[in-house]
Amino acid sequence: MNNYRRWISFYTMVRRDVVRMFRIWVQTFLPSVVTSVLYFLVFGTVLGSRIGDMQGVPYMTFVVPGLVMLSIVTTSYSNTSFTFFSSKFFARSIDEILVSPTPPWVMIAGFIGGGLIRGLLTGAIVLLVSVFFTELSLSVHSALIILGFALLTCLVFALAGLVNGIYAKSIDGINLVPTFVLTPLVYLGGVFYSVHSLPAWWQAITYANPLFYLINGFRYGFLGTADVSLWISVAILGTMIVVLVSINWYLIRKGLGLRQ
Amino acid sequence: MQALSVSNLTKKYASGTEALKGVSLEIPEGDFFALLGPNGAGKTTLIGIATGLVNKTGGTVSVFGYDIDKNPEEAKAQLGLVGQELNFNPFEKPFDIVVNQAGYYGIPRSKAIPRAKQLLEDLGLGEKMYQSGLTLSGGMKRRLMIARALVHEPRFLILDEPTAGVDVELRRSMWDYLKKLTAGGLTVLLTTHYLEEAEQLASHVAIINKGEIAAQGSMQEILAMHDGSESKDGYRGGKLEEVFLMLTSDK
Ligand SMILES: Nc1ncnc2c1ncn2[C@@H]1O[C@H](COP(=O)(O)OP(=O)(O)OP(=O)(O)O)[C@@H](O)[C@H]1O
Ligand SMILES: [Mg+2]
Repeated sequence: MNNYRRWISFYTMVRRDVVRMFRIWVQTFLPSVVTSVLYFLVFGTVLGSRIGDMQGVPYMTFVVPGLVMLSIVTTSYSNTSFTFFSSKFFARSIDEILVSPTPPWVMIAGFIGGGLIRGLLTGAIVLLVSVFFTELSLSVHSALIILGFALLTCLVFALAGLVNGIYAKSIDGINLVPTFVLTPLVYLGGVFYSVHSLPAWWQAITYANPLFYLINGFRYGFLGTADVSLWISVAILGTMIVVLVSINWYLIRKGLGLRQ
Repeated sequence: MQALSVSNLTKKYASGTEALKGVSLEIPEGDFFALLGPNGAGKTTLIGIATGLVNKTGGTVSVFGYDIDKNPEEAKAQLGLVGQELNFNPFEKPFDIVVNQAGYYGIPRSKAIPRAKQLLEDLGLGEKMYQSGLTLSGGMKRRLMIARALVHEPRFLILDEPTAGVDVELRRSMWDYLKKLTAGGLTVLLTTHYLEEAEQLASHVAIINKGEIAAQGSMQEILAMHDGSESKDGYRGGKLEEVFLMLTSDK
């Protein structure tokens, strides 16, 4: 297979996944819209007015980046874990790719590509919804930082979701992590509060949460202020990508648990 | 040139089952080859190894001279597989399934679309092309899998029990279609439990039993293994059936 053919194969995988996610948009995109509207209503409009300012900005403006991040993390993760798992488990349609000359790393890239697109689209939708709630007063410090963090976060969680999809032996195996690991990490990673408003011991725990650094960097892109340096966030993100790519690489070489 | 060359192939599943115990066989280019054997003989395992769906334990396999370990991409590019189990996403449309399959072989959509339409028409799925796979009957699903396996114009088509559950008339039209393709130079490896079918279609045969080749040769050579005497119990199938039973029966 030459590079042109590999590209076609990659494009086919991503296109197929994008067609799928738009076909079932009620399941793929709508839930994020609904939950974010609820969050904005409750935390922004109802509670936000009582909370006042956080890090020197209205509470609503403070919360938006965290909520966008929450949707990005969960959708990019569940997209790859679900598509990979279902194609090996239901009807084994992954055989279509396995019998083809598509090399394993292109196959991985294809699955990641779908997660990336779904994560970014969902993030954009949630951001759009937030614009209505913040009455267009959304502050943007650096669009480049916002986009960069969104993209890298999608990549990290699409990769992580793939690892989950590879190891999962049942549908529960892919639902457990988002519920019991991801959501708590995002919530406790400073979506709703600045880490400086926490007691010292809780601050210490928060610093051990990788999601905290992602939200921190992402929020910096909007507000221009951060709890910790942006470079720490970038370093943590970079480390996560390296670790996850290595894990996936190892799994590719082992055959991804796809072949008997 | 050998379309498929298998040498001393072994496979032990993680469960401990020894599915293949040193199988060797050669399928010349352009041949119509039947791989026969009772349930659990190892046919699907052998096919799985050749097509990259199963890891082998030992031995070597090459497809048109491309070793599946050293040149997996070239080896796979030669092959089309119609598997024993249904393995497409039933929520997708036959048209999309076939066009996407071409994509995995690196064929752009502009080329794949006319091919897919033609194949689906030829296989009698013209009207079902844009409906969900869920609406296909069992026989239609098989034919969809054949269209999918041919879209990249492979030189070597492997069919693992393609006629299971297909009615007589359709089965005949399926074979007529495949005969046309073999006339154009396509090599075919077929497994089936309908021995009359194999007897009529195949020019070479291998009979595999419990992971070992029991007999291998041209159809005439295999048929000649039976002396032609009537079997004792009243029922009598074709000659191939008698040879098959002689070689694989535990009695
Ligand atoms: N995934 C697997 N794990 C463990 N054992 C397996 C697996 N697949 C097949 N086997 C075993 O390997 C042996 C050969 O199976 P295989 O499917 O290759 O037979 P077959 O000749 O295709 O049979 P059939 O005519 O029923 O399709 C059988 O004993 C089977 O139980
Ligand atoms: Mg079989």
